[in-house]
Parts: sequence; C-alpha cells; structure tokens
Amino acid sequence: MTLTAPTPTTSTDHAPARPTTRTPARLTATHTEVRHFVPKPSGDPDPAGHLSPAQIDALAAELDGLRDEVLATRGAADAAYIRRIIAVQRGLEAGSRLVLLFSKHKGAWVVGTAGLSVAKILENMEIGHNVMHGQWDWMRDPKIHSTAWEWDNASPSSQWKHSHNQIHHTFTNVLGRDNDLGYGILRVDEDQRWHPVYLAQPVWNVLNAVVFQYSIALYDLELARYLKRRGRHTDAERERFRRDALGVARKTGRHVLRDYVLHPLASALVSGSTRSTMTANLTANLARNLWTNAVIICGHFPEGVATFSKASIEDETRGEWYLRQMLGSANISGGPALHLMSGNLSHQIEHHMFPDLPSNRYAQIAPRVREIFARYDLPYATGPMPVQLASVWAKVFRYSLPNGAWDDLRAQPVPTLARWVRDRLRRR
Amino acid sequence: MLHSVPALLRRSSPAPLDRSTDDLGGPGGPRALARAGLRGVAQLARSERFATVGRLAGALTTPLLPADYLGLVAPLTLGADLKGRIIGRRAETADATTLLIRPGRGWRPHTPGQYVRLGVDVDGVRHWRAYSVTSRPAPDLLAVTVKRIAGGKVSGHLVDAARPGQLVMLDQATGDFVVPDGPPPSALFVTAGSGITPVMGILRSRPDLADVVLVHSAPRRVDVVFGPELRALAAAGRVRLIERHTDTDGLLHLAELDALVPDWRARQAWVCGPAGLLDAAESHWDTAGLGEVLHVERFRPVVAATGEGGHVSLARQGLELDAEGDRPLLDSAEDAGALMPSGCRMGICFGCAVPLTFGAVRDLRTGELTTAEPGDGVVIQTCITAPAGPCEIDA
Repeated sequence: MTLTAPTPTTSTDHAPARPTTRTPARLTATHTEVRHFVPKPSGDPDPAGHLSPAQIDALAAELDGLRDEVLATRGAADAAYIRRIIAVQRGLEAGSRLVLLFSKHKGAWVVGTAGLSVAKILENMEIGHNVMHGQWDWMRDPKIHSTAWEWDNASPSSQWKHSHNQIHHTFTNVLGRDNDLGYGILRVDEDQRWHPVYLAQPVWNVLNAVVFQYSIALYDLELARYLKRRGRHTDAERERFRRDALGVARKTGRHVLRDYVLHPLASALVSGSTRSTMTANLTANLARNLWTNAVIICGHFPEGVATFSKASIEDETRGEWYLRQMLGSANISGGPALHLMSGNLSHQIEHHMFPDLPSNRYAQIAPRVREIFARYDLPYATGPMPVQLASVWAKVFRYSLPNGAWDDLRAQPVPTLARWVRDRLRRR
Repeated sequence: MLHSVPALLRRSSPAPLDRSTDDLGGPGGPRALARAGLRGVAQLARSERFATVGRLAGALTTPLLPADYLGLVAPLTLGADLKGRIIGRRAETADATTLLIRPGRGWRPHTPGQYVRLGVDVDGVRHWRAYSVTSRPAPDLLAVTVKRIAGGKVSGHLVDAARPGQLVMLDQATGDFVVPDGPPPSALFVTAGSGITPVMGILRSRPDLADVVLVHSAPRRVDVVFGPELRALAAAGRVRLIERHTDTDGLLHLAELDALVPDWRARQAWVCGPAGLLDAAESHWDTAGLGEVLHVERFRPVVAATGEGGHVSLARQGLELDAEGDRPLLDSAEDAGALMPSGCRMGICFGCAVPLTFGAVRDLRTGELTTAEPGDGVVIQTCITAPAGPCEIDA
C-alpha cells in the first residue's frame, strides 16, 4: 500500500469553471490610509467610525498577534482533541444504529434516536464544518484534511467549501456578495429589496429549517442563479451545473438508501423493526436539520449584527476585514455542551475572525477577544440561544414587509397592501 | 551482551506482543474474541468473492468506509492505512534506540537492506522519515534503529519520547540496497555512523553470507551502534570486522582500503553513511572501473534546500517559473499563466490548497518553513506561501 497525497477535489474540480474574483491581497494590505467605508442605501453610519486608520491597523496587528499565540501552542493536545471527538462520534453513531436494530421497543427507539441525532450533529458541526475549514490541516493527517473530508450532509464537500469558505467567509455580510444573508429566500436586512415572496418568509424560514441539509445543497448548487440565467448559459456552465447536480443527486441517493432502506432492512432481519428504524432515522435527520439551522441563523441574523455595502470592501485592508468579521457575526452564550454541539459556532465571532484556528481554541481566546472589543469600543453581539433566536424571528417578521410598512399597515391595512403589490408589478 | 537476531525476535515475543493488546482487553478475553470476529468481517470484506459484502457494508456507513469505524477498534487488523504499533524499545548507544514494531496485516515483509518510511506525529503534526529495517523479515515484526540527529524533530521524538503502545504510520519497505538473488557473493560493507543499520539487517538475515568484511566508522568505541553484536559476530568468525574510531584514528580514506582489505576489488561492495562517504565511494569504485559492483544507500537530507524564492515546477500543467520569496506563490504562478485553484487569497478558505511534492515554502504570515520530500505530498495554501527554494507542486 502506498501513501499518496489526498486529491484536492475542490480546487481542481472548480478552479477552471468557477474563477473567484481577483480581490486585493488582504494578507499584505496592512496599512490603512483612509477608512474604506461606503454607507448602504439606508444610510447607516460606519459602526467603526470612531476608529482612526492607525487604530484599525493597530487592531489588526493585535489580532494577528493573538492568532500567532494560538499557532505557537498548537500541538499534540489539539490533535488528541479532534481524534477523540471523531472516535466518540463514530462510537456513538455505530452504537445508536445497533440499538436501533431493536427500535420497535420504545426505549430502544428513544435511546437510539437521541444518540443518532447527537452523532449526526457532532459530525456536521464540530467535525465536518471545522475539518472542511482546514482547521486541522496542519496535522498533515490525510484522513482529517479539508481536501479529503466528506460529511453526512446532502451537499458534497467540494460544493459546500466553495460557497461557504470562499464566498461566505471572504465576503461576510456584504450585501449582494454574501448569499448567506438570507440564503436568497429570506429578507433579513432593511437594505435587501423587498419582494412579495417575502410576505410568507416566516413559513419559508420554518420549511428551510426542516429540510436544511437539502436547502444547503440547492443553495451551494446555486440553483436559483442558474435558473435565473436560463438560456444564457455557456457550455462550461451547463456542464459544471450538470456535474454538480449529479454529485448532489448521487450523494442524496446514497444517504436515502442508507437511512431509509438498508438500516431499516437490517432492523427487519434482526427484530422486525423496519418502520420504527425509518422513523428513527427520519427523526434524527430532522433534529440535526433543525438544530444546525438554529445555530446558523443565530450567527449572522440577530439584532446588532452589521451588514455592509458592496462598495465598502473595495481596497479593504486587513484591519478592515477583521472589523467586518467582528461586527458581522454574533455569538451564542452558554456552557461547554452548547459550544460542542454547535461545533463552537457559538463562538461565531471568534470563528469569523480566525476561521482556520482549531475550534477547541475559540472558547479559550474568547475572553481576550471580548476585551479587545471593549477596548476599541466595538459591540460584541452575544446572548443565550432563546434570545438570539427570538431576535432573528423578530427580523424575519419585520422584513417580511417593506421597510416602514408595519406602521403603514397598522394605520391603513388594505390600501397599503394593494399599493405594494401594484408597485411591485409596475416595476417588473 | 549479545544481541543475535533470534534473540531480538525472542525478546520481543510473546511478552511485548501481549502488552500491546492490553488496551484491547488482553488475549483470550471477550474483546479478543470480538477482535477476531472483526478480523473475519474484514477479511470477508477484502476478499474478491465477497466484494458485494464490502459494497453493502460501505452503503451502510456512507459517507465513511466500514474501515473508518473498525480502524478505531483494531487499527492493525483493519483499515486502509498501514500502521504499526511500537511494542518494545531498547537503547543501543547513548543516542541510538531500536524500536520493535508490530505492523498491521497489510505489511509485506521486507528484503534485508531495505528501508521503511515511518509517519510519526510530533506535537500533533505528521512527519515521514525513512529508516532501514534492522530485523529479519517477518510478517508480524520489524525493528528500526534510530539515531538522534542534533535538532531532529522526528529522531529526537523516536529516541526519547516514543513508548510501547504508540501507533506509527507505515509505508511498505522499499529500496535496492540489497544482496542480489543468486549465490552469496563475497561482500564488503563500508559504513559510518547510523549507516550500519541496513547492513545489520542484512547480516542478521543472511547467515549464508560466508565471506564478509565490514569496515565501520564511528567517533568512539562506545558510539558503535550494535557494537557488542558486531564484535560477537566477528568473534564467531562470521565477519571480519574493522572498527574505525574516528575521534582517535581520523576519517577513513578509501585509499586505505588497499591495505585494510587487499581483495576489495574482488568483492561486491555496499556503502552506507554520510553523503561525503558515498560521493567518495562512487568516485573510488568508478576510478577502479568497478562501478557496477558498488551499492550505495543515500538518504535524502532531512531539510530541503531553503532560500528566498525559487524555481517552481507545476507538474500537472508542465509549467516552470521562477518565483520571488516575498510574493504569494499563487500570484507568481498566475502571472506565469498557470491555472491555479484559488479562493479568499488571504489564507482562510483553503480553496487554493495543492500538494507540495518536493521542496520548501515559507508561510508569509509567520515565516514558518514547510518542507516536503517526494512521497510526502504536504498540502500547502499557495495564497499565503512563497517558495523558499526549488519546489515541485502537483497542480
């Protein structure tokens, strides 16, 4: 057996077909001459307007230093951490599936389903998301590497890495660039243009959560954009889409076969627990979908999170990039169990500032980061999960109507509604 | 004290083998039975006849492989990656240690004289190094003898920190520093320092080599790795041993061979040691017109040549370029017309990661050096690294 380097599937698959826009090297742009901030149409002032360019550069230097400190102490204990989590996750998944072979007994169903749900959540969050971020690439273990990892989710890792790591993490909260702002189905910012389809967005939000793994897959496929450009595709675009769609279909097929045919069949042979194993797997997938969706909408949509105009990232410096990550993310406060089950995305702020640091270090640097926020007088958006979720839901309702519409509606319900629909139709 | 080859094997078994199974419940216990069961399942999954069984198991565990689960329970029995467990260690000299390793079931016994690459995690980072196998070929045991190199990350770890029970990654043994098939030749071994290791492997495994001269150099008598065993072999008349203690006698000059081994021209020769010795040997035998009877074992230097910038070859695209040391490799390659995977261009998204198959690159953020030797395939981010010497990249 020979050891070969992992094939970098993402990169080679997508490099020719999906060229990333050439952006200034924020790596080297460490000197801020002037603040590159352009207000959004709503005219909100610069949330970092009180900082001078020199202060922004000092902030960047300080954060680079913090990053270097973690890198200098990254070692065997961190490696042992991720291997332990992976072993626990696999043990839990295998154990839960064994218990589910007897799922017609109520106790077995409850224990197995709970275990499988937790295993799937760990697999997607603390392991999959973070490994695919390259947080563990430094170990040079070809098995635990961003170029080799495949996760238990409908979206193939190569497609997810493109839309998440490259688009979302580079253009975080930039209107028109970061599609994670509402995923194209939700309006979560006053500067996103209203459309009648958003009237039902509380419903979309629930549906999205229920089928979250599939909506991520369609979203990573850029299905909406592809359909919008129908008839104007180049051959290469068509070919890429066909290949990507086939990838999603194949992977989904394998997962459906596993969760809804083979494991139920095995249960049928062992104890006649066919249906109960199907419902158990369905429930575990649903629980994983609802939980991951909840964690993720808490990361960027709650009140107090800033969004940015497209123009404000032109010539953005390293310090300004840090600022955008700091102001564009929100944390969830809680205990170690919450941090683990959220894949440490409860430290979304720290994660966005340092997306490639091992996830087990975010909790450790969080107090330092918070102190830096305080010193530079920047708002550190955080709160318990119910509070953050309520805050997101308030936005989902508020922005389902055009800006300022709730007031109009309260005063004159029917004429107001009629006017919006008329305006909308006229604009088309 | 005498360490003959059978003794080496006897000492390591059965006791150390048992020790390695302690963590799995010990021999004969229920967990051993379970392990035997798993082994059966794995054999079933591997055999051609039951390929369908393997596919079915794979469908049950997708997106992982069955081995990903079973490998956690029985790393040596199962799994796609060849591993070994350290089951014993013995100090040879003050700075050399022999490690006894029980290889996983995929191991193909080596040919005496060959080396094996070990993948060792040091401070959480995997490093691969080549070591000559010093034990006799066996399906369930191999020994390597590691000498501590000053500042050597891996050798230091193996000599000082590695303990029985620890797993290491293994590659199959390879190398052509071996005694050819056919009737045993008259042999001359010229070795220095840890260059004795492949020769020890040969001497232990090939008692049929009847006419052997060994010229070995080490700073002092106590520094001779396998000194007691070699002297015992000499006393038993198996080899004619010429020890050279360079601290007192000075370095060996190959011109001295005429006096030390008058019939050296009539012997097949194997030379292993520092690069200087190998270069000298090649020119010495070539000059005598005897280049074809000389075998040398050349281990690559641990650190590839480093500098500022360097010549980069992009293997898949067949493109060559000279890149500066203060610019991201990604930018340099793109300017040279290469089609490179790219992403955030600031080191966070790993969209630009490609395998560095040989050479050295420097992280522009930290100055940290990453080196790769053929076979390593270290994956690097081109947007935040610059070449620090000649590089070969699989892109």
